Amino acid sequence: MRQSIIDGAPDTATQLAQQALADGIDPLEAVNHGFAAGIMFAGDQFGCGQMFLPDLLGSAEAMKAAIKILEPEMLKRGSKRETLGKIVLGTARGDIHDIGKNLVATILSASGFQIFDLGTSVTPEQFVAKAKEVNADIVGVSALLTTTMAGQKAVIEALDRNGLRPRVKAIIGGAAVTSKWAAEIGADGFSRNAIDALELAKKLMGRETASA
Amino acid sequence: MRPRIQLLSPELIARILREAFELLMSPGVRVAPAAFELLRAAGAEVSDGVAHIPETLARKCLASVPRDFYLYNRQGERVVHYGGDDVHFDPGSCCVQMLDPETLEARPSETRDLVRIVQVTETLPQFAAQSTAVVCNDAPGEIGDLYRLLVVLQHSNKPVVTGSFSAAGLHGMIDLLAADSGGAENLRQKPRAVFDVCPSPPLNWSEFGSNNLLDLARAGVPAEIVSMPLAGGTAPVTLAGSVTQHGAEALAGITLHQLARPGSPIVWGGAPAIFDMRTGGAPMGAVETAMLNMACAEVGKHLGLPTHGYLVATDSKFVDAQAGAESARSVILGALTGINMISGAGMIESLACHSVEKLVIDAESIASAYRLVRGVEVSDDAGQTLATAMFAQTGLSGEFLKLKETRALFRKEQSLPSAVIDRSARGSESPTDIFARARARVDELVSTYRKPSFAEGVLQAFQRIMEHEAERAAAAAEMS
Repeated sequence: MRQSIIDGAPDTATQLAQQALADGIDPLEAVNHGFAAGIMFAGDQFGCGQMFLPDLLGSAEAMKAAIKILEPEMLKRGSKRETLGKIVLGTARGDIHDIGKNLVATILSASGFQIFDLGTSVTPEQFVAKAKEVNADIVGVSALLTTTMAGQKAVIEALDRNGLRPRVKAIIGGAAVTSKWAAEIGADGFSRNAIDALELAKKLMGRETASA
Repeated sequence: MRPRIQLLSPELIARILREAFELLMSPGVRVAPAAFELLRAAGAEVSDGVAHIPETLARKCLASVPRDFYLYNRQGERVVHYGGDDVHFDPGSCCVQMLDPETLEARPSETRDLVRIVQVTETLPQFAAQSTAVVCNDAPGEIGDLYRLLVVLQHSNKPVVTGSFSAAGLHGMIDLLAADSGGAENLRQKPRAVFDVCPSPPLNWSEFGSNNLLDLARAGVPAEIVSMPLAGGTAPVTLAGSVTQHGAEALAGITLHQLARPGSPIVWGGAPAIFDMRTGGAPMGAVETAMLNMACAEVGKHLGLPTHGYLVATDSKFVDAQAGAESARSVILGALTGINMISGAGMIESLACHSVEKLVIDAESIASAYRLVRGVEVSDDAGQTLATAMFAQTGLSGEFLKLKETRALFRKEQSLPSAVIDRSARGSESPTDIFARARARVDELVSTYRKPSFAEGVLQAFQRIMEHEAERAAAAAEMS
């Protein structure tokens, strides 16, 4: 199972998931001790430069395929996969560049976060509404352009205005985003790539549970 | 013989264009509402914001593009020739950060940085044109595009490669240029600036891009398409596939532009790059990025159009050996391709940061490239020999340094670098590195810089336009 994820082979992952169900293996066990190990390995390999973005996306797709097979059985058994947290994602108002945001969504989703992707050019109001609706833990705003980075600040201000922070964490990303900018607008964190974003989200959730 | 380099065979160019025309029909190209009627009236189908452009229409529009045009300086002289194999360089544009030579840290760029870049560029003959090189973070963002152009015009006589941040910003910028040229008609006759206009990959001429193309065409001010497919990220991973996408985006842009006003000048340009599979960034110093720029320009040249590319930049965060290696390599490749305007000098950190020290180092690479493309020259004068006539004078003495030919020809045969390039023998003084020499060179150039003089009333006109645009921007901000 682990290897099918590392190889980015959705067909094999699907087959193995079906076989696991046929053999009566607990689907949650199959995810946690089988497939998820592949995603962890892929993330580590990416971190040290041995795997690349297309490999990582392939692994995420394979993971998605396996989960799709196992999920109905998990629901039936009432053994839902524990989500690491709920994250609302989108690109800042006026910004249509979404490669980075999509990568983050894919990697976080494959790693066990529940993702609510609002797409591109999202207004602060839309971020706030969705965060309220799903009781989000984290809101992530992506901006590629220096001209749309102001939109990240606007989202954070809107979250503040609506009293959602500090419970809801706000994170930002994008080519021109720096730690300085993140600090300036009071973001809870920023990341340079999807794997960093995963680490950041895990860290923020960890802090959340620790303080609760 | 002028040395050349060619990456694409004629067969491959034909294949690239064939597929590019196919892409214009299926899946088609996203365009803004402002272009719908224009396209429909010309026979293209537009549905759900996507235009399906027949090859016959795109070819008809290609046919009305001027094969070449000039950019003029403030004195009205032809300075930049967009066309043929002529090669020009301008500094990279739109950085938001500046490398502080003292701390070696990147900090937000400000007006003083843009002024310094313009001053240095003004004094260096390697740069035929200025660019609105950095965003001035100390000026209000709403009129940031206009302000950058104002600063450049106030400090330079050279032509300018620029671009607007919004559809509204463009009009103020054209007003500034027209005021400087003594009216809109003069500006059309002798354009001082070219405006970069960018589609959003893949195959999307957004509201902003579409409107800019239409407005520039109607104003008769030259436009430069800067299509930027990222191979593997926002475009096919193969170089050939990305060049094809670039072609389709450029053809669609030219179609919009020429429908708005046939015969308006437009440049087949771009900033294509590969997509870095580790960082997700656009590595401007990669050799494949240079290859994409070369190949895209070759397609444009095949169509007989003026060309542009984005080279001379580096991904390094410092002005170091990586910066030198990546930039000098792409300078040479771009020059050998005969790209009319090559933007990017001075840029580091994958276009995020500018360094004026790097700008003067890049100028040395550019001088070398100009020397290279002149090739090995042989005098056509009757009776001139390659070597025998000189040997007839020196015999076996070896005293070539004394020959009048040596004195007459060495400046032409050799490009003479500034003190930025160290060729000296080791002496008693401790040697300096190139960054230290570049810093000294920047100071020296700035000290020789002279501010331009203006025709009566021009500066006052600038002032009026800026005030008007500031009021407009303030009113617009209040509305939203």
